[in-house]
Amino acid sequence: MSVVTVQLGQCGNQVGQELFDVLCSDALAGHRKTYSTASCERFFHLTSQGDLEARAVLIDMEPKAINSSMTKALKGGRWRYGEASHFSQKQGSGNNWANGFCVHGPRHKDAVEELVRREVERCDRLAGLMTMMSVAGGTGSGVGTYITQCLRDIYPASFILNHLTWPYGTGEVILQNYNSVLTLAHLYQLSDAIVVHENDTVHGICSRLLNIKAIAFTDINRVIAHQLGGVLQPALTPDSNGVYSLNPLGELVSALCCHPEYKLLSVSTIPQMPSSSVPYSSFSWTGLLKHLRQMLISNTKMEEGIDWHVRPPPASGRIRSVAGSSFNTSLANLLILRGKDVYCAETGNFEEATIYTPWLSPAEAFSAWKSPIPFNKYEKSATLVSNSQALLGPLEDIVRKAWNMFASRAYIHQYDTFGISEDNFLDSFTALEQVVSSYRELKS
Amino acid sequence: MTQSVVVQVGQCGNQVGYRFWDLALREYASVNKRGLYDDATSSFFRNVDWRWDECAGLTLASLNPQAVLVDMEEGVISQILQGPLRELFDSAQLLTDVSGSGNNWATGHMTYGSVYRELIVDKLRKAAELCDCLQCFFLIHSLGGGTGSGLGTRVLGLLEEEFPGVSRIVTSMYPSAEDDVITSPYNSVLAMRELTEHAHCVLPVENQSLMDIVQKIQMVAHGAKPELMVRRNATLSSGQGGVHEVEKPFDAMNNIVANLLLNMTSSARFEGCLNVDLNEIAMNLVPFPRLHYLVPSLAPLYTLADVNAVPRRLDQMFSDAFSKDYQLIHANPKQSMYLACALMVRGNVHVSDLRRNIERLRPSLSFVSWNQEGWKTGLCSVPPVGHSHSLLALANNTCVKLNFMELKERFSKLYRKKAHLHHFLHVEGMDLGCFTEATSSLDSLIEEYDSLDATKDQATPDPLRLRIAT
Repeated sequence: MSVVTVQLGQCGNQVGQELFDVLCSDALAGHRKTYSTASCERFFHLTSQGDLEARAVLIDMEPKAINSSMTKALKGGRWRYGEASHFSQKQGSGNNWANGFCVHGPRHKDAVEELVRREVERCDRLAGLMTMMSVAGGTGSGVGTYITQCLRDIYPASFILNHLTWPYGTGEVILQNYNSVLTLAHLYQLSDAIVVHENDTVHGICSRLLNIKAIAFTDINRVIAHQLGGVLQPALTPDSNGVYSLNPLGELVSALCCHPEYKLLSVSTIPQMPSSSVPYSSFSWTGLLKHLRQMLISNTKMEEGIDWHVRPPPASGRIRSVAGSSFNTSLANLLILRGKDVYCAETGNFEEATIYTPWLSPAEAFSAWKSPIPFNKYEKSATLVSNSQALLGPLEDIVRKAWNMFASRAYIHQYDTFGISEDNFLDSFTALEQVVSSYRELKS
Repeated sequence: MTQSVVVQVGQCGNQVGYRFWDLALREYASVNKRGLYDDATSSFFRNVDWRWDECAGLTLASLNPQAVLVDMEEGVISQILQGPLRELFDSAQLLTDVSGSGNNWATGHMTYGSVYRELIVDKLRKAAELCDCLQCFFLIHSLGGGTGSGLGTRVLGLLEEEFPGVSRIVTSMYPSAEDDVITSPYNSVLAMRELTEHAHCVLPVENQSLMDIVQKIQMVAHGAKPELMVRRNATLSSGQGGVHEVEKPFDAMNNIVANLLLNMTSSARFEGCLNVDLNEIAMNLVPFPRLHYLVPSLAPLYTLADVNAVPRRLDQMFSDAFSKDYQLIHANPKQSMYLACALMVRGNVHVSDLRRNIERLRPSLSFVSWNQEGWKTGLCSVPPVGHSHSLLALANNTCVKLNFMELKERFSKLYRKKAHLHHFLHVEGMDLGCFTEATSSLDSLIEEYDSLDATKDQATPDPLRLRIAT
């Protein structure tokens, strides 16, 4: 029933704070009692004074980001973080995965585990754990991976969802590709599902859809929070028998991650527009779903510049080579519809066998969740969580750049100092090449 | 919040250090309006007011800089102790002698190095113990003389021995070609070996570049067109607003270096949406242990009084930071190859401005093949005093090899003739071996930069990736 979130590093803590903001305002908006109760129960703890405390643990190796997130939450006045639910040190991980994973992680394992344990014990029923972190830096990536490993050990039967933010392709941190490779390779063994947001994509949404001229990280984080909120807020699933699902993470994982080789999930939301335009726009489910489907198969991450020429290959004969390289094959898709007239929405075009890989039938590959409650001020909105080749391109870029750097052995001495050797790197590269290869093979 | 200790050695080191403390106080005073000792202040200052309570506020007497001041002559440190900042320093932080090092690296390094070894280690240890969590030592010195160069590098070695886990960031003043100290090439090359071996990263600064920058600022500030009125207290070289009001000759130049240090540490001290801790700087910018010479450049040099000029200035600031006139050493990084580059932005700058400028400038820069997106970015929300935003670019660029080659050339001119060599060789512990080791260290450093340079503009094919059996 309840999800405990672990926010790691500056990014994890900043995005997490925006996420809880969205969840809280959505939960408290309007008179929707059952939805509100379900959502609050899922993400917040109601204190004896009637305050909403986020079910979250904030971890960072240096204090500034945590202080700022906790202050921002307090200032908003509607919810806050638990006073004692945070852990920080004085000195950061220096953008070094090895420093996070081999040094800070083990050193502070007990303190972090204790904080998580306290949050978990406050839940009536644990739906699962979610970690939020970036892959570019040192703490989110290194400590985050180490903590995921610990949580996997302590809660072997719980679902663990890792939310990752991937950095700008043009470079935010020089070691970002190394840190990403090490994180993804390790997480693949530990996580049940890895939900990814890329800064480049979200930046594009801010500039082209939301018309924001001077984009700050707060804007980026808000879009991520909106998309994640659309996934995590209560919905009626096929298994939930008319009430809001009590097992959201479990159902998400079983809908999308049926095979251990395929765990990377991307998120698209429609519509996304400046909040000033929302009251003047009206949508139809047909229109929204048509655009969303084309976004999926043409691998466009937003509803602008969609390539309508991309078509699925003809069903007969399964001659995949005709499909063209721009077609995005899916393993599984989860469509979450929220808002007015949601039961009239036709999702048939997502159930065609041609958009999926042949070894899974559309009935198994496609799931739809619905909620009649409008989400975050949009009268109708659709969120698509997709296990497809959408992340193959960005993943290949990361592996290629990391490999180029590794070939010249640049910066390796920095990792060696903290305990990650060339062999560890090679193992991680091998693991990721395997993932890349699996996703590429989805075409056939 | 971590603490840093500043170790200033020699005449130049102490003069720059003095400007640094003055400007640091000015910055904290303008950011910390309530005058309370907070986390940010604790990075460089200790609170010594035993009556400290929330209402007492920051007064000069209650702050003690985390610093060790070393000089083998009394002149500069005495001036500090007689000046307006005298209340800041504790005599336990000072180490002076009377006779100086005579512009002789060997005297500084070997003679004074041995004599004062215990005392120096003692003072460093005391400074370190007073810190809650010591992260970094900042060493400020010049290479051309005897004390800063010789004793300074000896101190560097001691820092490595005694505090191996603490970063060592060195700001070194390199002598210009027209330097008036004849033995400066010897002193510099001998010092450079120590820097290459023992420092985590080095920020080389040249007097000539500082002078050019100061002249540029003065030209705009005093002359030029009325619409280019410069805010006097908002130039990089201005010490206005600090405690020390009267400007001495080198002050303007030293202020620039002081600003360099303040800007570099700003993201670690103040809030921002993309923090850069001190250890991240060396981690991201030093791909191979010996190649740790980072070319600094600062922009803007001054703020125009006309507020309407702001929007255009932001992109201009990025362009300027990459222009050769804004580098703090004589170098043109655009013509050489970047191994890595850090952009530390302060003030009201958004991530979209940063990304836009990176994309705009990237085509005109040459990055090494394995680090095509070699940018480390930081956004700190607190701007420096008098500016609305600022940019510090630290470039690990092969252009430094040209400066080193020039230094080597000046060294060879003297060494060939064995000029002044006897002054060095007379010092106990010094022999020709030290010279040959130093030159071969410099040679191999130049060669490492050279071999990376050779790959410039070459289309290197991507190395073959691992193949998975399907």
